[in-house]
Amino acid sequence: MSTVTKHVVVAGGGVAGMEAAGALAELGHRVTLIEKEQKPGGHLKQWHALFPDRRPADDVRKYLSRRIDNRNIKLFTGISVEKVRKQGHDLHIELSDGSALTADAAIIATGFDLFDARRKEEYGYGIYDNVITSAGLEDMFNAGRITTADGRTPSRIGLVHCVGSRDEKVDNNHCSKVCCVTAVKQAIEVRQKLPSCEVFCFYMDMRMYGPYYEELYRESQEVHNVNYIRGKVSEASVNINNRLVVKVEDTLAGRPLRMELDMLVLMVGMEMSQAGTRLAEASALGRGINRFLETGDHHYGNNLGHVKGLFYAGTCTAPMNITDTISHARAAVTETVRYLTTR
Amino acid sequence: MNGSAGNKFGFTVNRSRLIDYDASDRLVRDYVTLREPSFRLCFACGGCTATCTAGQHAPFNLRRMNTFIRRGEIEPLREEVTRCMLCGKCLLVCPRGVNTRNVVSLAAEAIKKLDRNEL
Amino acid sequence: MKLEGKKRVWAEYQKEIPDDHFFYVRSCIRQTFFAGSEQTFLKIMRDDLGKDIYEDPRHTTCTGIGYHGDVVPFETIQTVVARHFALATEAGYKNIAISCVTSFGIYTEILETWKHFPETLEKTRENLFRATGRVFDLPVSISHASDIIYKFRDEIARKAKYNLVDVRSGKPLKVVEHIGCHYAKMFPKHGIGGAEFPHVLVGMIESWGGDVIDYPERRHCCGFGFRQYLVQANRGYSLSASRKKFESMEPYRPDFIVANCPGCAMFMDRWQYTLKELDGITYGSNETGIPTLTYEEMAGLILGYDPWEMGMQYHNVQSLGLLKKMGITADPAKRFLTKDGSRLPEPANLLNS
Repeated sequence: MSTVTKHVVVAGGGVAGMEAAGALAELGHRVTLIEKEQKPGGHLKQWHALFPDRRPADDVRKYLSRRIDNRNIKLFTGISVEKVRKQGHDLHIELSDGSALTADAAIIATGFDLFDARRKEEYGYGIYDNVITSAGLEDMFNAGRITTADGRTPSRIGLVHCVGSRDEKVDNNHCSKVCCVTAVKQAIEVRQKLPSCEVFCFYMDMRMYGPYYEELYRESQEVHNVNYIRGKVSEASVNINNRLVVKVEDTLAGRPLRMELDMLVLMVGMEMSQAGTRLAEASALGRGINRFLETGDHHYGNNLGHVKGLFYAGTCTAPMNITDTISHARAAVTETVRYLTTR
Repeated sequence: MNGSAGNKFGFTVNRSRLIDYDASDRLVRDYVTLREPSFRLCFACGGCTATCTAGQHAPFNLRRMNTFIRRGEIEPLREEVTRCMLCGKCLLVCPRGVNTRNVVSLAAEAIKKLDRNEL
Repeated sequence: MKLEGKKRVWAEYQKEIPDDHFFYVRSCIRQTFFAGSEQTFLKIMRDDLGKDIYEDPRHTTCTGIGYHGDVVPFETIQTVVARHFALATEAGYKNIAISCVTSFGIYTEILETWKHFPETLEKTRENLFRATGRVFDLPVSISHASDIIYKFRDEIARKAKYNLVDVRSGKPLKVVEHIGCHYAKMFPKHGIGGAEFPHVLVGMIESWGGDVIDYPERRHCCGFGFRQYLVQANRGYSLSASRKKFESMEPYRPDFIVANCPGCAMFMDRWQYTLKELDGITYGSNETGIPTLTYEEMAGLILGYDPWEMGMQYHNVQSLGLLKKMGITADPAKRFLTKDGSRLPEPANLLNS
């Protein structure tokens, strides 16, 4: 426990921000947690179940709610942090409502935005009725109904990996890391909920980097009979029956492949959030070639920026999963406390 | 004068290289998978093909064959499937534990049955 | 399909098209295949829209077919295009109107090259001056002729004598639009509506009362492909690409195809005859073939131009059924007669004749 109470502002009330706020409050610090949406929780609010074990996302939501249920935390919603600057030893923090705060330290946890799938025009998201995103599929899981736009039960669904990731055409050369395993998770869920529906994953590489991810991939083939086609879908269109038609190369067969689908799910990647971008630009914070916040050291300083007293947590620095986000937020708290106690 | 294509134009419609998934069926795949469920596990690493004795000197590619079976592209396999010498080395290298040897035998069997309309 | 989504894409890919004063550059192959289309365009511009459009008889081929066929080097084609710019400069024009999609691609590719590699522009100026003594200004705008018709599509609609409507049923005609690859696939920002959902022909069809068919192989190339076609033994590749499109559009029973590219209009018309011979299949309703029009012909029909004066009788697939549907009276007996009554050559093997 630190002996002197300090005031720390946490910008962003998603997974990283909630965990960081909770950990700081637990150590006795006064925390102002600022969330731009009406409710905290970030993207997790939309998710139905989590990889790799498909536990309900609600488990983690409840954990995070408990985490910020602390009288040391003051939560503001519907407000965003617009600018941070150094003022003597303190940080001067400007908010979107025109007010300002003074803090001993701050943690930026502004997270990510999901890639806007309309930018990959060739997939016709927003045009073809049954092209949806991975987030849209979670909505269907939450609603308990996986149906086409006209209410039919799909008999064949395709999942496209790397939509908006690893793609210089949309200026995103980075890998969003979580989409492959999300696809595997969602493919299994579809197979479980609709056993007669065929599921195809169109992938470039299967990047099963986390614990139990590869096992999940194996399970998807062995138990759930999910089909994998190695190739990037080049375009989607609809036929006279309003069924989707996709073109892809089956790179393992070395031949182009065409297939009809009832639904196409685009595994949208992560991009630096617009709110985080505004904050970074106003505060002159360095950013990497992937446009996420650039950290002080890639290996041993990835919670640090170059402003003393300002720390970074979670996916404002790079795509990461929930496990790593929580760890990263805790590490940011460690760095913050070290700063507060040694400055 | 007829052209090289044997008609008055000297060319003709080219055979499509497309795998039209909706124009074929998966009878052979289903036959193999039902009898050898480990077939589902292949993730196309190519270890089997690298070690295959037959594949060193003849067009026999087990990795690609598995893909064709899954897609329902049986035509390219008719010849190929007979080339396996059943040595079993592919079984040793497969990281996913696919019973590769049995897959080849079952595929050959399924194609025979297909031709006799028994699938 | 959600039209709103398409409208959003269309709004993103709009470009500045000048209102008047164009320097017109013709296509080399269209003057043979669709001789009347360019004349129709000029007439529409001058007589119906009251625009100033100038052409210089010294203008030549852009050599694009040779360039894409690997017989004309890039330096050469840059100099040829520079010469065209010099002719425009000499005549006092800053807006280029291009008849051909291959040329349009060539012009945009060269201008982009000059933008990113200014030394190539300097080298071209030098080459042109040494070869011809000419100098040139860069044009202010580059429009494909279909861009210009697109811009004035509503004005044309207001002057319409006919619509893209079946006069007997009152229903819109079902139209397949085909965009030449080099219109927007190389530089989506230079094409109205971009590369995936081009609006340039769709806009015309909609303004003139037709329904657009969005079929699975809509974005597929017609197959011309220069090298595919130029070598006789390779023409099967070209033919097979068009065939893929015909098969894909067939279930929609299109009334006609309209293209904005010389090669596409030519091949999608002529290959229908070839496929009838090779496959024994004739596409289109009642197996009469699918008439393939240029956008100038489509505009001309709307404005009440005589189809035979526009040269539509020289398409392999004849348009008699289509004209009847639109309520246009055109005497089939006069198809191959000049105005003074002498006979024009009549092509063999016409479909739907």
